[in-house]
Amino acid sequence: MGEIEKRKGWMGLLARAPTARLAALWQGFGLEPEHTLLRPPEIGAVMVRGRAGATGAPFNLGEMTVTRCSTRLACGAVGHGYVQGRDKAHARTAALIDALMQTPCADALSAAVLDPLAAELDLTRSRRAARAAATKVDFFTLVRGED
Amino acid sequence: MDTDALSGGFADAPVQAAHAFRAAMTAMAQPGRIRQVAGAAPPAPLSAAAGTLVLALCDADTPVHLTGVHDTPMLRDWITFHTGAPLCAAGACSFAIGVWDALRPLDRFACGTSDYPDRGATLIVETDRLEPAGATLQGPGIARQAALSLPETDVFRRNAARFPLGLDFFFTCGDRLAALPRSTKVTS
Amino acid sequence: MYVAVKGGERAIDSAHAWLAEERRGAPDVPELSIAQIREQQGLAINRVMAEGSLFDPDLAALAIKQARGDLIEAIFLIRAYRTTLPRFGASRPVDTAAMACDRRISATFKDVPGGQVLGPTFDYTHRLLDFALAAEEGTPGDAADEAQGADRNADPPRKPHVLGFLDRDGLIEPASREPDLAHSAPADLTREPLELPASRALRLQALARADEGFLLGLAYSTQRGYARNHAFVGELRIGTVAVEMDIPELGFAIEIGEITMTECETVNQFTGSKSEPPQFTRGYGLVFGQTERKAIAMALVDRALRWEELGEDFVGAPAQDAEFVLSHADNIQATGFLEHIKLPHYVDFQSELELVRKLRRDAETGAEGAK
Repeated sequence: MGEIEKRKGWMGLLARAPTARLAALWQGFGLEPEHTLLRPPEIGAVMVRGRAGATGAPFNLGEMTVTRCSTRLACGAVGHGYVQGRDKAHARTAALIDALMQTPCADALSAAVLDPLAAELDLTRSRRAARAAATKVDFFTLVRGED
Repeated sequence: MDTDALSGGFADAPVQAAHAFRAAMTAMAQPGRIRQVAGAAPPAPLSAAAGTLVLALCDADTPVHLTGVHDTPMLRDWITFHTGAPLCAAGACSFAIGVWDALRPLDRFACGTSDYPDRGATLIVETDRLEPAGATLQGPGIARQAALSLPETDVFRRNAARFPLGLDFFFTCGDRLAALPRSTKVTS
Repeated sequence: MYVAVKGGERAIDSAHAWLAEERRGAPDVPELSIAQIREQQGLAINRVMAEGSLFDPDLAALAIKQARGDLIEAIFLIRAYRTTLPRFGASRPVDTAAMACDRRISATFKDVPGGQVLGPTFDYTHRLLDFALAAEEGTPGDAADEAQGADRNADPPRKPHVLGFLDRDGLIEPASREPDLAHSAPADLTREPLELPASRALRLQALARADEGFLLGLAYSTQRGYARNHAFVGELRIGTVAVEMDIPELGFAIEIGEITMTECETVNQFTGSKSEPPQFTRGYGLVFGQTERKAIAMALVDRALRWEELGEDFVGAPAQDAEFVLSHADNIQATGFLEHIKLPHYVDFQSELELVRKLRRDAETGAEGAK
């Protein structure tokens, strides 16, 4: 996986992470690196677009709330956080983790915060998929009308 | 994006943007009156005053046009990161930034339509000298008359003649600015 | 005519105080939390998010609490709030083929790949009041156990749209008649005033945030014969999709979150026109949240509004009339104008009163003069 793909992966994960769970894992990691905020946490909206007929021309569907933050660590690494919802601490943590993932502590951070998050989100998703699969219809034919 | 372009924004955006907006609004309401603004530390060659105006006034709905020496990759990145304003050609912009000679000719900027006169562009003119001397200003927001060091007068006289259509101007120098809306009559 | 008048401040303060008490209800009944409303009134949340045009379940729950359950008032609160948010940008168009589906049904093909997945639907309930719920019993029987047997990897990452099968055989019109628009930025009616004729993109935006009841009525009118367009639900899917946005400072797109949405594609009859062979046509509905009725209604009205591009006749039906539909679909606009007539119009009415008196005087003098 390329560097960009990896970074997309963790940034997306941080965006979707349940706020309280991310806060707990981050606190458990126990690092509060020195940093300057390039863009303090800011709550805003993103216009979500769809496509006519699912694959046609784009149209504006409606907005969603997003909070973003950008930070620079003392070592110079720059991190950005764009997370769903309106939690400023969540966006700041996401930006710090994005920056730290570009430093030598990436592996430790990944093991302590990102991997558990990814596993939990996967589990939630597969549980839901299983619930949906349990509502799949098995058709059976009662009488064939051929006579 | 160059990471140096990521610094120099408002540290406390709600408060600083409100102060900057108030300063810009008062400047427009009192044409020719020079005031100080603070908050932005943009990359060269943009002045602190022009940078503060950009942070306070520009967003994704206000396309920006950069001219001449101001059209640098660093400044483009700075505006994109801090305001989200799209960069565009002169004819499509809401705000244009540059020194006077680079901004001319002015007829390439939108001056609004009779249905929507507010769609006229605002020009942020970077100057080396900004003093209450030179051309004479009269009109709304000016008690009797004011004076401002304008690069020329004829073009502003013609601009005012098109009212309610026309362009609006900010003149910036270091951390100081003054404004010249389309409603102001300029004589030499 | 409006005249500024002062007075009534104390009355207004007292009204607001009483409103707050009424909102809370009897103090010996426990207060609802935002989380309770979010989790247990999910379909009300979805409607407020869809018509408030802002996806944020917690905010919608707060709005419903504050509005005492008046959903239009809650939508009003959300619309007001969203105007205070800076716009960071627009997402890439969501890829609904990659939706993690809770529900996916087709009324046109029994054997769709992936099967007919019912999801948490009211469809096969008996609509009998369940008095067991009134007994405030806790969580329902653990259906999760039933799900244990099901295949956890049943959900493939991509689920092609059912209408794609008709498309492959050329039996249905293409999804977009404007391929050149595929990568352009669509017009946004929250930024520019609506001008007619409106593009399909603008119409879809207006319908997606339109009042559910209004759309339901219009869609029903097309089924009863006012611009009948013989709709089948080709596919209805509900689930979560990732939202991706290009981030300029990164130079690439990232996921910024995940939202629940409902998508409905209808297959409609079309007999062909001078330029088109007989084929099926499409209507499209896409709405925030689990909002099935609204998504189906949106698809029917979308299809009815497309008469001109399909070369059909305008038969004067309300659902065909873009001016009528788009100008009256927004419940906040509608309620604003409707409810303002209860506010003081003392001077207006005074002048009307004067006018009526004068006309009557004139009529009386005229009648006497004629004698």
